[in-house]
Amino acid sequence: MPWFTKNKIETEQKPTKEDIWVRCESCNAHIFKEDWYSNLKVCPKCNYHAKLTAFERVEQIIDSDTFKEMFESITPCDPLHFVYNKGSYSDKVNDARIKTKLNEAVVTGIGKIDEVAVAVAIMDFRFLGGSLGSGTGEKILLMSNYAYSHRIPFLIFSASGGARMHEGTLSLMQMAKTCAGIARLNEKKIPYISILTDPTTGGVSASFAMVGDINIAEPGALVGFAGRRVIEQTIKQKLPENFQTAEYFLEHGFIDMIVERKNLKKTLKQILSYCTR
Amino acid sequence: MDEYFDFEKPVAEIERTIEKLKNLSPEKGNMADEIAELQKKCMVLREDVYSHLSPWQMVQIARHPQRPVLQDYISMIFSDFVELHGDRRFSDDEALIGGFARLNRQPVMLIGHNKGKNIDQNIRRNFAQPRPEGYRKALRLMQLAEKYKLPIISFVDTQGAFPGLDGEERGVAEAIARNLTEMARLETPIIVVITGEGGSGGALGIAVGDVILMLSYSVYSVISAEGCASILWRDASYAPQAATALKITAPSQLELGVVDEIINEPLGGAHRDPEATASEIKRVLLKQLKKVTDYSTSKLLSRRFEKFSNMGKFNK
Repeated sequence: MPWFTKNKIETEQKPTKEDIWVRCESCNAHIFKEDWYSNLKVCPKCNYHAKLTAFERVEQIIDSDTFKEMFESITPCDPLHFVYNKGSYSDKVNDARIKTKLNEAVVTGIGKIDEVAVAVAIMDFRFLGGSLGSGTGEKILLMSNYAYSHRIPFLIFSASGGARMHEGTLSLMQMAKTCAGIARLNEKKIPYISILTDPTTGGVSASFAMVGDINIAEPGALVGFAGRRVIEQTIKQKLPENFQTAEYFLEHGFIDMIVERKNLKKTLKQILSYCTR
Repeated sequence: MDEYFDFEKPVAEIERTIEKLKNLSPEKGNMADEIAELQKKCMVLREDVYSHLSPWQMVQIARHPQRPVLQDYISMIFSDFVELHGDRRFSDDEALIGGFARLNRQPVMLIGHNKGKNIDQNIRRNFAQPRPEGYRKALRLMQLAEKYKLPIISFVDTQGAFPGLDGEERGVAEAIARNLTEMARLETPIIVVITGEGGSGGALGIAVGDVILMLSYSVYSVISAEGCASILWRDASYAPQAATALKITAPSQLELGVVDEIINEPLGGAHRDPEATASEIKRVLLKQLKKVTDYSTSKLLSRRFEKFSNMGKFNK
């Protein structure tokens, strides 16, 4: 074996910086990877709640081995044949599917939270910014229909920049569609709990995320309807520092509670004990 | 004086010439033929120009400063309008108004985005960009309609909800979300007419219904063409391209299944003949109203749920 090849293999096997350390996006602190994960991807230095993948969320919230994924084959088509100067929607979707190994921006299924059967929809920000497209809305509606017909509580974990532009008004209609599902749950008095995680903005904040029987948010999560820059340009005023955070919306009465990630399962269990007697 | 866009210039020129000729000759005799000839030519040209409009040109017509607004339609289509004010929570939003009205003899609850015709009106009405109070007032009136068994007619014409600090603070997202949720189950028929700009969530907040109608030069979009261009193209000047990509025109919306019927406007847009536009809206409203008021409540609600359940396209 030539010496240079051998050498290369040796360096590849050495653990790199990224294998050991994680850099906190918020405070830039370097955290031991082990600590980072044992702390549920929350920065021990600044309490920043980093984004979770949908399956990391399943692991943290749903009793082990009880999660059964449903409707996982639903995936975007390209109804508008959307292209722009930086690429096409169908390429974006393919990239996202490869990168995330998901077919849509939400993972749906049933499982148990401390023995209580629930239907869940968990958004994954890595898939096109967690944007709400036709397939996303369809999965959420199907899951809420499942909760409706089986009379079990429905939980949505939101993580989304809003409606997916590339599907035009079909995405906009998903706001109405998902809310129609929630409305039916209300009619049958089936609990619906909304958990707003970083970020929950635009069309998702203006649909299912804000109409939970109980709205829970993670600390520091960005929550809001219009973009900060758009607002600044419109009103030409400086915005308060905590503007459009979970804390801001708690203060203004739109969120019931802010719950640290390490306490989230416990809190959900506690709430479910009141609404599923 | 009519306002013209760049793409209308050839039409405008002929129209001006016709005007001049009319004013020029007191003894119309020998000019009449020429005028008639020009008018014919103008018709052909108009048809040509307006049947090849790009989506971006549609946006411009939908935003035309002389396009009829809600108040015009109230006086031309309805009678006996009784405006009702306030959301009972915070204030009264003039950007989104509503009240009792009669469509022929049928009493209805009318709500709609309230664009102004001049700058003073538009400042008061915030260019029909509602704050949360507007949506909450609309919901209050719609629930009143449910109580009194009045069909709801909703006129949509807004760039979007107002993106301001106060709107966020008072929960514009929650206000819109609440409307979407409640409108899905309101036990009375809802007919929506998109008359100008169907701007995103701010439009949808009063646009869940049993029948969705759209004027032929109006647009409906998930985001403004400028907003989409500045995000995806990273340059707002690509708005015309974004308008095309977003498929915001009435025929596209019909094809996508987002709207049920297109109401035809006069060639060139509603502002060319507001009365004709209004009477066409009225005709279609009466026709659709007859249909939806025939359904039993449970049939109405299951149809509405099905309608929105079926929205969207994806691979299974």
